[in-house]
Amino acid sequence: MSETGRHEDVPEETLPGERETAHEGAVATAENPFADPGLPPHEHRAQDIDDRAARRSERTVALLFVVSMIATVAFIASYVAIPIEQNVYIWPLGHISALNFALGLTLGAALFCIGAGAVHWARTLMSDEEVADERHPIEAAPEVKAKVMADFAQGAKESQVGRRKLIRNTMFGALALVPLSGVVLLRDLGPLPGNKLRTTNWKKGVRLVNQSTNLPLRPEDIAVGSLTFAKPEGLEEDDEEFAEKIAKDALMLVRIQPQNIKDKHELSWSHEGIVAYSKICTHVGCPISLYEQQTHHVLCPCHQSTFDLSDGGRVIFGPAGHALPQLHITEKDGFLEAASGFEEPVGPSFWERG
Amino acid sequence: MSTGGAYAAFAPADKAQADDTAQSLAIKEGKKLFAVGCASCHGTGGQGTSDGPSLVGVGAAAVDFQVGTGRMPAQQPGAQVPRKKNIYTNAQIDQLAAYVASLGAGPTVPDKEQYSPDGANIGKGGELFRTNCAQCHNFTGKGGALTDGKYAPTLEGVDPKHIYEAMETGPQNMPSFGDGSLSKQNKKDIIAYLGAVNGDESESPGGLDLGGLGPVSEGLFGYIFGLGALIAVAIWVAARTTKAKKS
Amino acid sequence: MSNETSATTTRRGQAPRGERIADWADGRLGIYSLAKSNMRKIFPDHWSFMLGEVALYSFIIIILTGVYLTLFFHPSMAEVTYHGSYVPMQGIRMTQAFESTLNISFDVRGGLLIRQIHHWAALVFLAAMMVHMMRVFFTGAFRKPREVNWLFGFLLLVLGMFTGFTGYSLPDDLLSGTGVRFIEGVILAMPLVGSYLQFFIFGGEFPGHDIIPRFFTVHVLLLPGIMLGLLVAHLILVFYHKHTQFPGAGKTNNNVVGMPLLPVYMAKAGGFFFLVFGVISVIAAVASINPVWAIGPYRPDQVSTGAQPDWYMGFAEGLVRVMPGWEWNFWGHTLNFGVLIPILIFPLVLVAIAVYPFIESWVKGDKREHHILDRPRNVPTRTGFGVAWLVAYFVMLIGGGNDLWATHFHLSINSITWFVRIAFFVGPVLAFIATKRICLGLQRRDKDKVLHGRESGIIKRLPHGEFIEVHEPLDQEQLHLLTQHEQPAPLELGPEVDENGVERKLSRSQKLRAKLSKAYYGEDNVIPKATAEEYKEITSGHGHH
Repeated sequence: MSETGRHEDVPEETLPGERETAHEGAVATAENPFADPGLPPHEHRAQDIDDRAARRSERTVALLFVVSMIATVAFIASYVAIPIEQNVYIWPLGHISALNFALGLTLGAALFCIGAGAVHWARTLMSDEEVADERHPIEAAPEVKAKVMADFAQGAKESQVGRRKLIRNTMFGALALVPLSGVVLLRDLGPLPGNKLRTTNWKKGVRLVNQSTNLPLRPEDIAVGSLTFAKPEGLEEDDEEFAEKIAKDALMLVRIQPQNIKDKHELSWSHEGIVAYSKICTHVGCPISLYEQQTHHVLCPCHQSTFDLSDGGRVIFGPAGHALPQLHITEKDGFLEAASGFEEPVGPSFWERG
Repeated sequence: MSTGGAYAAFAPADKAQADDTAQSLAIKEGKKLFAVGCASCHGTGGQGTSDGPSLVGVGAAAVDFQVGTGRMPAQQPGAQVPRKKNIYTNAQIDQLAAYVASLGAGPTVPDKEQYSPDGANIGKGGELFRTNCAQCHNFTGKGGALTDGKYAPTLEGVDPKHIYEAMETGPQNMPSFGDGSLSKQNKKDIIAYLGAVNGDESESPGGLDLGGLGPVSEGLFGYIFGLGALIAVAIWVAARTTKAKKS
Repeated sequence: MSNETSATTTRRGQAPRGERIADWADGRLGIYSLAKSNMRKIFPDHWSFMLGEVALYSFIIIILTGVYLTLFFHPSMAEVTYHGSYVPMQGIRMTQAFESTLNISFDVRGGLLIRQIHHWAALVFLAAMMVHMMRVFFTGAFRKPREVNWLFGFLLLVLGMFTGFTGYSLPDDLLSGTGVRFIEGVILAMPLVGSYLQFFIFGGEFPGHDIIPRFFTVHVLLLPGIMLGLLVAHLILVFYHKHTQFPGAGKTNNNVVGMPLLPVYMAKAGGFFFLVFGVISVIAAVASINPVWAIGPYRPDQVSTGAQPDWYMGFAEGLVRVMPGWEWNFWGHTLNFGVLIPILIFPLVLVAIAVYPFIESWVKGDKREHHILDRPRNVPTRTGFGVAWLVAYFVMLIGGGNDLWATHFHLSINSITWFVRIAFFVGPVLAFIATKRICLGLQRRDKDKVLHGRESGIIKRLPHGEFIEVHEPLDQEQLHLLTQHEQPAPLELGPEVDENGVERKLSRSQKLRAKLSKAYYGEDNVIPKATAEEYKEITSGHGHH
């Protein structure tokens, strides 16, 4: 629907006359063909001159507001009538919550129509004559500035702060010092790190337990090319400190043919090709674990640090700064256990790491 | 390439015995199919060539997975073999599987009970998936990138049986998750979880799931449809109104 | 304001009720003076001036929906076992923060909608601020007297980024928790104080029990409070300075042309608020955002691929992903440059665009107020810089999503990383050069249009057989528009020796300034606009061209 109608709809006598050739403001003169011609004259909309068009606009605006009201009622009805657990299939959205869909559409319609009504009203019925308003410089007039300067000088003189250097200096001292109390209050936000960043719960003799099955691991559980995750024996998921402990202790176990292990030191800490590495990336601490069994590379999904688990866990790509720490493991009574704790801090680097 | 042989040496106990008598017909047919479709890369006796690894000891499960998902026969070299349309009938796949299983004992095709959602704990399956699988396959199995052009494929539309077999056999660079790594119940739970969140009937309560890929697709959608729509509305609001007469 | 006195007084002979209330308020608040200067204030009309409004209204929507969410959300890291409506989470251990988010999504009617409106509005808020900032940049609306307002806006953008980050981390889900772990790693990497800061901020070892409640305070109270203050200051300045306007007939540096606040802008701007709210609500009805039930609760030993922050942190993510792994060990200490360098570059990228207006005004030495906007083609150096910055930003966004680009376009993630590493440096340079060339080309075309008229596409054959294209001369308005821009000469350094023949000592900064000034106004960097003489020569002499 055209809001302004077509030309034929507007009675001849109400059309504006031919546009004036001379505009308000500066006219092109022989000296300056580029001069500002000034604001163009106002051109009427149909609604300005034709009452029927104006009344049509009014009805449109009113209709929009009425649709909004209906939508609000529909919102309330949906809220009351649609059960929260109901799902509905709507193409192309999928199996979605019926209530969310209904509430969102009705609310959206209710709000949108208010806005559309207001804007249509403004565009078609309110005056669209462009008006020019004067700007005033932001800077104050020189007299004002002079008065302010004089007042300030007078006030400063009366305070005597200029003469009394002792007052001034000690005042700065006091004001500078007092915020320190606020800073000091923050000390108890947390404990000091102590040794916590350097140690994990792995120690000599601690058995490796399969994170998924919760059973202690035996060497024959780990096949070549497999991937298994382990935690220290005694750590349960409902422990109060489980999250803090697993954030350091999480372990990744893979098995590589001994002849494919390039690093001698790694080989000496493995058990029949089973190698245990920290699962915590040395970049910023994500649990890496994208193990590619044919290349023996493990990729961290966060920032793509790549480590070679057949070569001492060294970094071969990406932003990690140092190799993945390996845990020395051994077998006792048929089960895998740690031969010692980690010999370096696990996880991201920190200043005191060494 | 030595994976197959090594698997036979180190694999956990649960595997079938090489059985010539019961399936001898299937094995014979399978051998014929193998000669035509597989031997050129995998060798006439499945021992492997420079173009394809040895299949001794990979087991029927690996064949059922690779051929069943259309990955094999592979069409071209590349970082990874993609899933494509399967060109063998189920009977042919069984025959191929029987033949390859006869070359050396390996994981068997799971039976229905092992991957059915009955008796599975979906919640636990989700937890297991997030610990063992999501790092490659994404929270709900939409897939993800590995190094150098390799990728963990999306699990949408993958048969539960094939998911079980993939976990058992560790195709290409995917590690294997034998019963020592993920127990049978673990695997069952994971499959049930995937069925709930990544199946055709899966719910997306909030609306379009935008691929289940997270903030990247949400950001794109927000810019294009969110800000885009609002700019379109703004253009309407600020536009010149139509005049009564053309000047 | 209505001034119906004798015509419509009540039976008691008093003024109408509305006027009496206004009088009461005026006696206590002095509102009539405020109304006098502002009620019929003029605002120019252009859609690109409404981008700031999109940001403003989405901020209000965020606050309204946010208050609703705080009525139901539990910012606690105490562990519980889930027994709510969502089946795939049954029996799983999670924090109360996560559980209450599931509760809002599945057990509070309308809760999911409000959560989604809140998060979609946040994405739109930041996108609108970014696009609004670029509009202001490319049109030079940051020039005097608006430099302070530019800084307020910039601060709003930065605070908005962190408000968003702390906000989406509140549900303590696996995706946002991975981001928090990343922040912990960044804090740890800081020299000297890193490990102490990490323990203080997290209240102990990661993850601890304090970080979510602390994020809650920051997200709900601290940052929005500061942003509200900045926002009010930002709007006051827009009113006080009056809005800028595009050049055109009747628009000068000393006026503002448009429609009055009452009634037109109240209706349009007020209506626009409802339109923005409506559109965002519809989006929240049809598109899922941050489905934490599919993501799972955070555990430090779990992670998913495709782990990205919300888009506005994307370029920081890209910086971190493409940085090579450099680490420096010395005397028992470690400096992790793989983390430290991106963390330094991230604010520098933002600061570069923030300080640009001051650099430009120093180079130009222009101390006048500017209320007429620039057409970007007329300021090629600035436009080139802006496009170069956008290219650097966008390249880093690609870096942040490199794994998704890899899977969806079948590329190697390592190649993408290398591409971004190189393109971050090369791309902006190429973009700057290309943009400048394009701007100069457009300036040439403008000059051509002024002097020779607009190509009309009408071919005419002359009596002696020549084919020409008829050019339609521009009308007065267009001539003015294409020639009104200023083209000052570059700053002169002055003679190398003074009048006594002594060599003048010029400071380094003066020489730099002159050089940069040439970059803005020198011969190679502007096309001199058409002069009146050239125009008259052409229009008087030849009949056609």
